[in-house]
Amino acid sequence: MTALTVAVRRNTVDATGAKRARFWVYGLLIAFIVGSIFPFYWQFLVASRDSSMLTEQVPPLVPGGNFFANAARVFDSVSFWKALGNSVVVSGTVTLTTVLFSTLAGFAFAKLRFRGRNALFLFVVATLAVPTQLGIIPLYMAMSEFGWAGELQAVIVPNLVTAIGVFWMRQYTMQVVPYELIEAARVDGCSMLRVYWHVVLPAVRPAAAFLGMFTFMTSWNDFLWPLVVLNAENPTVQIALERLQSGFYIDYSLVLAGTTLATIPILIVFIVLGRQIVAGIMQGAVKG
Amino acid sequence: MTGPVIADTERAPSRAAPAPPPPRRPRLTWRQRLSVADVKWSPYLYIAPFFVLFGVVGLFPLLYTGYLSLFDRDLLDVDSTWVGLANYGTLFADAQFWNSLVNTISIFLLSTVPQIVIAVLLAALLNSRLRLPTAWRVGVLLPYVVSLVAVGIIFANLFGPNYGLVNGILEGLGFDRIDWQGNRFASHVAIATMVNWRWTGYNALIVLAAMKAIPRDITEAALIDGAGAVRRFFSVTLPLLRPTLIFVVVTSTIGGLQIFTEPKLFDAMPGSNNGGSSNQFQTITLYMYQTAFETQHLGYASAIAWVLFLLIIVIAVINFLLTRRIASAGVEEDAR
Repeated sequence: MTALTVAVRRNTVDATGAKRARFWVYGLLIAFIVGSIFPFYWQFLVASRDSSMLTEQVPPLVPGGNFFANAARVFDSVSFWKALGNSVVVSGTVTLTTVLFSTLAGFAFAKLRFRGRNALFLFVVATLAVPTQLGIIPLYMAMSEFGWAGELQAVIVPNLVTAIGVFWMRQYTMQVVPYELIEAARVDGCSMLRVYWHVVLPAVRPAAAFLGMFTFMTSWNDFLWPLVVLNAENPTVQIALERLQSGFYIDYSLVLAGTTLATIPILIVFIVLGRQIVAGIMQGAVKG
Repeated sequence: MTGPVIADTERAPSRAAPAPPPPRRPRLTWRQRLSVADVKWSPYLYIAPFFVLFGVVGLFPLLYTGYLSLFDRDLLDVDSTWVGLANYGTLFADAQFWNSLVNTISIFLLSTVPQIVIAVLLAALLNSRLRLPTAWRVGVLLPYVVSLVAVGIIFANLFGPNYGLVNGILEGLGFDRIDWQGNRFASHVAIATMVNWRWTGYNALIVLAAMKAIPRDITEAALIDGAGAVRRFFSVTLPLLRPTLIFVVVTSTIGGLQIFTEPKLFDAMPGSNNGGSSNQFQTITLYMYQTAFETQHLGYASAIAWVLFLLIIVIAVINFLLTRRIASAGVEEDAR
C-alpha cells in the first residue's frame, strides 16, 4: 500500500485522482475566459468611440476617448436616470421580500411540523417547472383593470417570492439549524417569530445573502414582463436599453454605451461578491 | 412570548383561541393557548405568501389563458365572443406558428447540445488542481451577469451583416461573409451563440459541483485498476454525473422553449417582433407576444401560449418525477 502511494505521488496524482493541472489546461481555460470577457470589452470599445469605427476594415482594439460623451447622450436620449432609479426600487424591493418570505417558508418546511407539509413542499418543487411567464396575457388584463399598467408595483408584486427561493432556503435551513437550538429557544419562551428572528435567520445568513444577490440580478435583468406592462415614460433599465436600440437607425456607440452603463452596477456587485455567488451556485447544485 | 405562568395572568379562556384544550388536562392559561396556536398556525402563516402569490399571479393567469383561448377577443374589446376550439383550428393550420415552432426547437437544440458538452469539458478542466481555483470559477461565470437585453444588443452588433466583427474576421480568414440575420440557419446559430455564451459557465459550475461530490474512493479504485484519465472520465465520472446532467437538460429545456429576448433584440429592424424579415428566427414566445400586444388578438395569442404550455408541461412532468426522488430523499432524512 505504501509503495502504491509513493508510485501515485510520483505520478503527481493526488488522492482525488486529479492530476496537477498542466499548462494546456491553463491554456484552454484562458481561451475560454478571453471568449467570456471579449463581448464585454467590445461593448466598451464601441462605446468609447464614434460609430465610424464599425465601418473600418480592421477595427481599432484600444478604447477611444468618447465614452463619457456617449454616456451623456444615453442620458439625453432616454430617461436613463429614471430607469436606473426604477430598477433599483424594483430589484431592491423584490430582493427584500423574496429573502424574507423564502427564509420564513424555508424555516417552516425544514423545521416545523404541520399537516400536509410534505405534500405542500412537493407542490413547491413541482411549481419550479411551471412556465408562469406564459400567463402574461391575463396578468396584463388584470393589471390594466387595477390601473397598475405602467406602474412599478405591476413589476414588483408578481415577484415578491419565488419557488426557487423557498426550495433553496428549505434545503439550507434543514442542514444548518439544529432542532436543539429551536427547542432551547422555545423553552426559554420565544414565540415562533422570535425563534425565526433570533435563531434561524442568523444561522441561514450566508444562504440568504446568496439568494438576495441571485434575486437582485434576476430582477435587474428581467425583460419580457416589464416590456409588456411598463412603458417608455416609466421604464426599468432593460426597457430603456430596448428603447435605445429601437430607433430608426441604430447608433451602436450610443446603444452600447447604454449597455455598458447598465452592466457596470451588476459587474461591481459580481466582482466584490463573485466568490460567494460561485459558492452559492455550486452548493445549490449539489443539494438541488 | 410564553413566559412562566403568573397568577394574575390567569383569566377566562379567550373565545378567539382556535385550539380548545384537551379535556383531561388542566385548564390552560391564555398565554399557553396563544403558544399552542402559535405552534399550530405559524407554519401555515409562513408558507402562505408563496402559495397565495403563486395562486394569484402564477396558476390563475395560466388557467385563465386556457379559458381565454376559447374566445375571440382583441386587446381593446370589452366583450369576448365564444368560439370554442376555433383558435386551435386556425393555429394548427397557421404556417407562421409551425415556422416558429421549428425555429424554437432548432435554436433550442443548437444552444443546449453544444452547451452541455462544453460545460462538462469545462467542468473537467476546472476540476483539475488549479492555482487560484475560485478565480477561474468566477471568470467562467462572468457572462452570467450581463442582462439578456445587453447580450442581444452586443451580439446583434458582433453578427451585423455589413460591419459586424464576426464577418470581418471571416473575411480576413478568406471565407465568405455570412448573412447572419437573413439566412435562417445562420440566424439560429447566432442566437444559440448568445445563449451558449451566457449560460455555459453557469452550467459548468453546476456540473463541477457534482464532480466534486463524487466520492474519492471510486475514482481511486478506478485508478488502482489501471484506468487512464480518459477512461476514468468516460467510465466513472460521466455516469455518476447523470442525475445532474438530466437536471441541467430539463431546466435548459424549460428555459430554451420560452426563448424571447435574444431573438427580439437580434432583429435588424429594431423594435420589430417579426423575428427577421420572413420570420426566419421568430420563436413561439415572440410570436405569442406579437399576436397579443402588436396585432392585439388576445384570444389567439392565448391559444399559442396554451399550446406551448402543454408542450412544456410534458417535460415538466418528467422534471417532477426526477426531482421528487431528490426531494423525498430530503424529506426522509428530515422526518426523525
